[in-house]
Amino acid sequence: MHFAPVPLSWYLMLSAILFALGVAGFLYRKSVITVFMSLELMLNAVNLTFVAFSYQLQQIDGHIYAFFVMVVAAAEAAVGLAIILTIFKNRHTLQIDEVDTMKL
Amino acid sequence: MDTILFIICAIVAIACALNLILQKHPISSALSLIGVMASLAVLYLLLGAEFIAMAQMIVYGGAVMVLFIFVIMLLNAGTEKPSSKSWFAQIAGVPLLLAFVAIMAFFIRRALPPSRAVRFGSWVGGTADAIGRMLFTTYLLPFEVISILILIAILGAVVLARKEID
Repeated sequence: MHFAPVPLSWYLMLSAILFALGVAGFLYRKSVITVFMSLELMLNAVNLTFVAFSYQLQQIDGHIYAFFVMVVAAAEAAVGLAIILTIFKNRHTLQIDEVDTMKL
Repeated sequence: MDTILFIICAIVAIACALNLILQKHPISSALSLIGVMASLAVLYLLLGAEFIAMAQMIVYGGAVMVLFIFVIMLLNAGTEKPSSKSWFAQIAGVPLLLAFVAIMAFFIRRALPPSRAVRFGSWVGGTADAIGRMLFTTYLLPFEVISILILIAILGAVVLARKEID
């Protein structure tokens, strides 16, 4: 059974588009949780590039890097959400432009 | 077949990402992000990355997103209020992002060396076996360092989110 192959550049373009959408969410959204989710979207887009180039080179080093990115993203999510909890506890808001001073 | 599957997953991923940045309620954004991650997992499978696809579903689609939704519900996060403080992003944001995508497209067209087309099943290198061997031989030191990073992250999360007792 013959399957039509997909050019590698399509994967890279999809990754670029997802990254740009992540940047857009990061810049435009005002809820700190959604800004954080846009960050995760950008990390996912970069992961797609790693895996695509890993296919191109036929080596699994790219998979290892994608794995490390996932681990760091999980750690970052845990710490970041704890910071969001603390911000909400102290300031009772999740709007990032109301959190514009270091000191209360 | 490959092309159809890729196009379906790409459209789902882009539509979910657009939905993520357009929805006003954080819980809708979180569900859209799960859609993005699921379609990316299918694309990883197409690229022969079995282990990464499974880890994507379990770690991202499972653990991280549960954490997000848990925090959204814990804080009772409502619809965000619009504000117009960032005038630069309002004016120049969309043109700059389109320019970024155009530049990336240009480099992908021009600078990419002749690459092989992706055919499902023609290379399955990313099995759990191969990844595990690589992780515990060549990348042993980064693996151990990242375990310390996770330990510090756990401690940091506990310290940040605890109640002050005095």
